[in-house]
Amino acid sequence: MNTPEVTIIDYGVGNLLSVKRGFEHCGAKVVLSSDPNIILASHRVVLPGVGAFPNAMDALQKLNLVSVIKELGELGTPLLAICLGMQLLMDESEEFGFNLGLGLIPGRVVAVSENSVEGTSQKIPHIGWSSLYNSCENINWKGTLLQDNEVGDSVYFVHSYMAQPANPINQVAHVIYGGHRISAVISKDRITGCQFHPEKSGDLGLKILRKFCLD
Amino acid sequence: MTNLRLIARLDVKGPNLIKGIHLEGLRVIGAPNDFALDYYRQGADELIYMDIVASLYGRNHLGEIIKDAAKDIFVPMTVGGGIRSIENAREILRSGADKVAINTAAVANPGIISDVARQFGSQCMVLSIEAKKIANDHWEVYTDNGRERTGLDVIEWAKLCVSNGAGEVLLTSVDREGTRKGFDVELVKAVSSAVNVPIIASGGMGKSEDLLPVVNDGGADAVAMADILHYGRAKIGDIRATAKAAGLGVRRYEYARSNHN
Repeated sequence: MNTPEVTIIDYGVGNLLSVKRGFEHCGAKVVLSSDPNIILASHRVVLPGVGAFPNAMDALQKLNLVSVIKELGELGTPLLAICLGMQLLMDESEEFGFNLGLGLIPGRVVAVSENSVEGTSQKIPHIGWSSLYNSCENINWKGTLLQDNEVGDSVYFVHSYMAQPANPINQVAHVIYGGHRISAVISKDRITGCQFHPEKSGDLGLKILRKFCLD
Repeated sequence: MTNLRLIARLDVKGPNLIKGIHLEGLRVIGAPNDFALDYYRQGADELIYMDIVASLYGRNHLGEIIKDAAKDIFVPMTVGGGIRSIENAREILRSGADKVAINTAAVANPGIISDVARQFGSQCMVLSIEAKKIANDHWEVYTDNGRERTGLDVIEWAKLCVSNGAGEVLLTSVDREGTRKGFDVELVKAVSSAVNVPIIASGGMGKSEDLLPVVNDGGADAVAMADILHYGRAKIGDIRATAKAAGLGVRRYEYARSNHN
């Protein structure tokens, strides 16, 4: 079998080493790059991200990568966007005012509620291990990056904002925080976003990276 | 409320994992990453590495240890000890750490909290507090591993640093650390009711049941464990089972399914 190749977009944000090591653990050859030509020629691309939405979009803009990532969507290149990377996939975000995103999956990014559905205050950011639930009752996870996972698997989250896809079909999995439903995995065509960190979610997270390598 | 996090804490001096009592009287336990990998496989939800002499010598030596750990360990790692600038923090985060814990440098220069939070996000800015009880319901902030007093009140200090952008508090009781007498529940309760960020209780866990009062009454979101794990008095699986049996939410972790397919 050929060694799977993964290109991680390096735009100066986040713990890239852990993402790289996660894919290497899954047997992939990993390239870190901010070069549009390398990214466009890649078999599969990862958009990581930690920090604030507007800073990340600015960083992508400065490297002329916004149009490159949009083009990946048109090319049908498998794209995995992690944490803030997933939020960047959306049309817009309310973090620090109003900011446009990549618009690859319709919907917006909004703050995680500071109150539970019962009205009690809850801690922000949402940090920790939460269980994944299936968001579309009639559709199982076959064919998604969660194919090898099970409902109830716990994965590691750390975030204060969340993606709300306009079309419910784009939400694959969610978690419950203070009674609220929060998007955990969203997808459209060959694009997948994970709000949690698969590279920090132990073996159950590595399964997701492994599945992406085989896509 | 998220699941309770069970965190293995590794205090490191030079190349060695060490353990002391009241953060002093250090004893060498072994190679940090041998223990770290074992705790990862047991199902630790996170790891904390503290370079316990870094503040004294002004440099954190954990970069190489973390880079090595990141090859095999895929849970969040927090690194503390001697981080006194944005550059130090960046170097540690580039080595595979997800969060930095800052204590001594924040006392000397509180601005570092907001600098790190602005640069890398609040989620990776962990305020580390070494607390010593000085009177009923009063604790003083110590630095340099419980060696230096600061005159700062723990509660006021926690509030100030959280308002400056600290996203989490690692709260170590110097009085209980290494004693196996259980956590200082009153301390944890006082801080967790004063700030709205997650609190990691550290210091004093002697047996699995010790985590129940600090979570139920103290409001801790996570517990850091050292001695109990290093000396094998309990495995993380046993501790998780104790928490679950008492009705606390914990991460579902099945060793068999995770590792054998």
